[in-house]
Amino acid sequence: MKSLKELEEIKQRTLDSVNLRQDRTGGTRVVVGMGTCGIAAGARPVLLAFLEEIKKRNLGDVTVVQTGCIGVCRLEPMVEVTLPGEEKVTYVKMTADKVKRVVAEHVVNGQVVSEFTIGAAE
Amino acid sequence: MEDISLHLLDLVQNSITAKATLIHISIREIPDKGQIWVEVQDNGTGMNSCQLQQVSDPFYTTRTTRRVGLGIPMFQASAEATGGSLHIESEPGKGTALRALFISSHIDCLPLGRLEDTLAALIFLNPDVDIVYVHEYCGRQFLMDTRQIREILGEVDIADPTVIQWIKEYIRNGLNEINGGA
Repeated sequence: MKSLKELEEIKQRTLDSVNLRQDRTGGTRVVVGMGTCGIAAGARPVLLAFLEEIKKRNLGDVTVVQTGCIGVCRLEPMVEVTLPGEEKVTYVKMTADKVKRVVAEHVVNGQVVSEFTIGAAE
Repeated sequence: MEDISLHLLDLVQNSITAKATLIHISIREIPDKGQIWVEVQDNGTGMNSCQLQQVSDPFYTTRTTRRVGLGIPMFQASAEATGGSLHIESEPGKGTALRALFISSHIDCLPLGRLEDTLAALIFLNPDVDIVYVHEYCGRQFLMDTRQIREILGEVDIADPTVIQWIKEYIRNGLNEINGGA
C-alpha cells in the first residue's frame, strides 16, 4: 500500500537534489491547451507525457503551463514550445508518442519537429 | 468526453477560472442502487441567478466570464443520457457546487476513467489550489487532501514531477483498496 510515509522519503530525496536544479525562470516553456476542446481531444495524456519525460530526463529548467481554448479546436491537442531566446513553435494534433519526440528532438536538442507543427498541418 | 474523469478535469478548470482556492471533488459509487454521484464544490467567485440559468445553454458563451461554453452542457448531457441529472447551486462571492447523478446500470453511462490522471493533471497545473478528493464505494472511503500532502512536503513543491507521480500511484492504490473507480 502506498503510504504518506513514502512521501516523507520523496521529500528528503527532492531536498537533497534541489540544489542541483537550475532556476526555472528563463528556461524552456511548454504551454498545453486545456480548454474543453483540448481535453476532449486528448490533452490530458499529452500533458502527463511531458511530465513523464521531464521526470525521466530530469529537465529542471522546463516549465509546463496550461492555457484555455486557443481557437483552432480542430487541431487540438495543441502545444506551444518556446526555447529560451527562440520563436514559439506550435505543435498540433499531439499524442503522448509525439511528445517523446518533441522532448528528445526539440526541447533537449533544439531541433524543431517540423512535421508536427501547425505549419505542416495547414 | 470519453469518460467521467475527463469531464471532471474540464469542470474543475471552471472552478480555477473562477479563482477558487479550495475545491472539493466527491465521487460516490452506490452499486446496489446503480448510482454514481459526482460532485464538485468550489469557493470561487460564484454566479448570480441570471448566469446560473444560462450556464447550461451551450450558446451562452460570454467571453467576459469565460465560465461557460460546452463544458457544463456536455456534462449535463452525459448525466441525463443515463437517466440521471445535474444540479448547480451558486452564490456570488461564496462559490459554486455541481452535483450530478449517473445511473451506472444504463448502457450509456460513461466509465469513470483514469481519475488519478485527472487529479495529477489538476495538481500539477494548479499547484496553488487545494483539492480535497473523496471517493466512496459501497460506503468505503478513500480521501486525498492536498493540504495534508503539502504539510508533509514542507518546502518541496507539490508540482514536482516525482511528487505528482507519487500522488497518481497513491490515488490508484487507494481506489483499488476500496474497489472503486473501476
